[in-house]
Formats: sequence, C-alpha cells, structure tokens
Amino acid sequence: MAVKLLFLGKLADIAGAPDSEVPGPLDWQGLLAGLPAALAEAARGDKVKLALNGTILAERAKLAAVDGDEVALLPPVSGG
Amino acid sequence: MRLVEGRLSSEEALAAFAAAHPAAGGIASFVGKVRPDDGVELLELSHYDPLTLPGMEALADSALARWALDGLLLHHRTGQMRPGEPIVLVAAAARHRRDAFAAADFAMDHLKSEAWFWKREKRGGTWHWIEPRDEDHSDLKRWK
Repeated sequence: MAVKLLFLGKLADIAGAPDSEVPGPLDWQGLLAGLPAALAEAARGDKVKLALNGTILAERAKLAAVDGDEVALLPPVSGG
Repeated sequence: MRLVEGRLSSEEALAAFAAAHPAAGGIASFVGKVRPDDGVELLELSHYDPLTLPGMEALADSALARWALDGLLLHHRTGQMRPGEPIVLVAAAARHRRDAFAAADFAMDHLKSEAWFWKREKRGGTWHWIEPRDEDHSDLKRWK
C-alpha cells in the first residue's frame, strides 16, 4: 500500500505518466519534495488544486494522506 | 447527466428527452462541436471521475433551482474527437421558453469554464494543452 498520486492535464505530460505511488503518510511539503523538480515547480503554481480521495482541499498545506489514499493534482481546467 | 466516451448521438438523446417530458411547452437545446480551426487534427478531453460527473450534477441542481424546468439534460464527450464532431449536448425542457433558453445558456457557460475537463489539441502532429480563456470567466459573471 502507498499513496497514489494522480496527475491531470498538462501535469501528466510533465510527470511523463498519469500517476505514481509514494509511501505514506504524506503532507504537502513531503509531496512536493518527492516530485521531480519540473513537476514540483508546476504543482506549486497557485492555481493547482489538490483533491484527497475525490474531494477538493480548501488548503493544500492541510494535506494529510495515508497509505491507500488517492491524491489528485489538478491544474486549472480548460473547460468543456 | 452523462459522460460519453464514444460518439455523442444528439438526435437520439433529444428524442428520448422530449419523450420523457411530454408536458413541457418547449425544449431549448444546444450542440457544441469541435471547431474546425486551421490545422486541428484531434481534440482530446480528459476528466477526473470523482469530480467531473458530480460537478455536472451540482450544475444541473443549481439550474433546476433557478428556473422552472421540467428537465435538464447534459451530455459531455470525453476522449478523442475530430473537428466537426459533437462534444457537448445541453437541453432544457420547460413550460415556457424563456426558462428553457436561459437554463441552457447558463449550463453551457458553466460547463465551459468550471467543469472538470482538461483539453488538448493536436496540430501538425503535436499535442498542445489549451489554457483557460478569459472570455469564459467573463461569461460566467452574467449569472452572478
């Protein structure tokens, strides 16, 4: 078991894959520290939102994920 | 509310919607297509299951709360599509036409700017991500 990270939109391109797994527990700083530099920089952008198990977090800094959780990194939507 | 992976068949969906709302005085519908702009070969929409459909349901709820509607239909494509293909279908059934027009317009403005979709288009063999447009956000202000 681990924390599953999902990369949406252009973050998937920067990551080179739609998802990856990292060991829990995981907070926001730990998440950023575990990403490759270019991806961490893109993820840090103000408009990137985080969802924990399908629910948007009001504050990314409050992330507290454990093994088995899914964390999605969501860049601004381009709309339908 | 539906996400459609294959081809979006607006005629069939509209016929079924009309049959489901026999008491409606009218139905306003809108079909959005992939714009055949220069050099666009393919458009690809990705989404995130836990957010995209629940978001569309919340949008429908706010339209139903705001106008006197008999029903509201929102179908959205995902995956890859070619220029000219339908990408979205919105239909609103109401006793009176103004409610139907307004609800369909409202639903489209919100789908275009707030729905959980990410779009990229292939031009000259290369994929380009599409960034949010300012116009989409100014369109939303009409409804505040």
